[in-house]
Amino acid sequence: MTALFRMRDVVKHYRAARGMVHAVDGVSLDIGAGEVLGLVGESGCGKSSLARLATRIAAPDSGTIEFDGVDITALGRKALRPHRAKMQMIFQDPLASLNPRTTIARIIEEPLIVHGRGSAAARRARVAWLMAKVGLPVTARGRLPHELSGGQRQRVGIARALALSPKLIVCDEPVSALDVSIRAQVLNLLDSLRAEFGISYLFISHDLSVVEHIADRIAVMYLGKIVELADRRTLWRKPLHPYTQALIASVPEPAAGHKRNRLPMRDVDPPSPLAPPAGCRFHTRCPHAQDICRTAEPPLKPIDGSGRFVACHLVDAQGNSSIPRAANAVT
Amino acid sequence: MPLLDVRDLSTHFFTRQGRLPAVDGISFQIEAGETVALVGESGCGKSVTAASILRLVPDPPGRITGGEIWFEGRDLLKLPADEMRAVRGNRIGMVFQEPMTSLNPVFTVGDQIAEVIREHQNVSRDAAYARVADLLNLVRIPDPQRLIRDYPHRLSGGMRQRVMIAMAIACEPALLIADEPTTALDVTTQAQILELLDDLKERLGMAMLLITHDLGVVAQTAQRVLIMYAGRVVEEAAVEDLFDEPLHPYTRGLLQSLPRPNADVDAAGRPAPLLEIAGTVPSLAALPAGCRFAPRCPYALDACRQRDIPLKNYSEDRVAACVRVDDLRWAAP
Repeated sequence: MTALFRMRDVVKHYRAARGMVHAVDGVSLDIGAGEVLGLVGESGCGKSSLARLATRIAAPDSGTIEFDGVDITALGRKALRPHRAKMQMIFQDPLASLNPRTTIARIIEEPLIVHGRGSAAARRARVAWLMAKVGLPVTARGRLPHELSGGQRQRVGIARALALSPKLIVCDEPVSALDVSIRAQVLNLLDSLRAEFGISYLFISHDLSVVEHIADRIAVMYLGKIVELADRRTLWRKPLHPYTQALIASVPEPAAGHKRNRLPMRDVDPPSPLAPPAGCRFHTRCPHAQDICRTAEPPLKPIDGSGRFVACHLVDAQGNSSIPRAANAVT
Repeated sequence: MPLLDVRDLSTHFFTRQGRLPAVDGISFQIEAGETVALVGESGCGKSVTAASILRLVPDPPGRITGGEIWFEGRDLLKLPADEMRAVRGNRIGMVFQEPMTSLNPVFTVGDQIAEVIREHQNVSRDAAYARVADLLNLVRIPDPQRLIRDYPHRLSGGMRQRVMIAMAIACEPALLIADEPTTALDVTTQAQILELLDDLKERLGMAMLLITHDLGVVAQTAQRVLIMYAGRVVEEAAVEDLFDEPLHPYTRGLLQSLPRPNADVDAAGRPAPLLEIAGTVPSLAALPAGCRFAPRCPYALDACRQRDIPLKNYSEDRVAACVRVDDLRWAAP
């Protein structure tokens, strides 16, 4: 598969009041055409910064970003424009990302106007088609965002993102603010749009069970770095990195008789992204940390022929691990 | 006698949109030492129920319009304000979703916990402070002596929630009300806090009313579950029964709409689409007649849209408010 999107060694540090935030620290990722790449991690791990870099809302300090065969790392506003049309974003809080005084029809039409697509009549027809595609009733046309439910607002965000027929949509926690019964509707919609139009998603979430459902491959991010990358099934069934193991163990399963396993993680606070620990960044919370973990940073290394990557000193190149298997891992 | 006995509680809000029945005639009991989860989506009335038990419903616009709340032999709704203050934070502890809004930023952690102790117990300042250190140890805060002198804004979300829990259990309450205690936290921190709550419950013999939207948290934490929808309880069951065989179509829908890791996949390696509950939660200002879930229910009959469907017992400790339970049980695969 040729990659539609490719990121290499991307670094982004932000200046904050108390020092430099190491938001993204040498991340490399590929997303294939029609592929859903899930990105999971906890607050402060840099996943939203990564989304902003992927769509070039922010520029990286170093590294390269290629999209659809073009190096967009250093493109200016104007040069970026035609590429921007092909990469769109969906946000967590649709209310905050929709203009409160603009009608739904106009919000969805906006990208078409900005990019000078079609006549007024053609745009109107396109808006009607988009609304039908995302399951918005015709009656929503003249409504304002606050008059819609949370689920409907997220559909508006999706319709707007679809307007220019993008190849890639970066979804930043798109269902995190939604109620359970609505979340399934929106996840199914995103999945069916991918199937119909072959769109790729970079799907960012803190919720591993949501990512496991929608993604083809999953990257796990911790304090600015990817610590593990594998296809969804392998990651869930045989997590190799101790942080992935802890993340999976901490997902409470909604089924009877599943009592909590003791979390395979030391009971200490996550370190600050202002001062990531030396060596492996997870070593302060890792129950298996050795001396080498405190001093040498483990590279993200490929596991033989499996397409998966792990950054852990305790996992060898064949994927053999000297870590005791997590109690919840399914074989 | 149950520790807490909520009988036909109604809490309504009086707004420009009219009278909103946020909690509309709900009843449930909690035994000493038991964990009961109150589950539902936003606006179902679960948090208003918690606020009603504590008599912390903002009035106006809210008012408890009916019912009784029996706790340790007294109806809390009939207590004078000063006696209610002696219950709150003392016999009933509380933990909320956002610890930062409940902690005072200008006082140290130690001062705030000590104040709770001294408000309810006649002890010296030094004795209260000694107890603070014990409590911080109990909630597994490393280096409590340093934290006592620290201010809340300097702590991580997980540490703040531990401080909140320490305050809530300072007087060894008989009941802890935890309203979405882990919703604002990362999953790994959530797992640590839930484990801590379990451990504390056991040590202190506390009962807990856990309010949450997260069915995974429920499965791991509660013994009994109440499912709320639009101000009413639609189902109550022991936790195993609820997950093994949900009776109400809303409960079934909630469980089926969750992504299940390790679900079966099709030829392309993808899981089947999630089952959806059609439509959205009704506005309290425009509730449908009859069963409030009927407009979204795939099994609704005409009768469901015409009259209220009362809760009915299906076995000793299983109740559901649905006329189709027997049909669905029969048809279930």
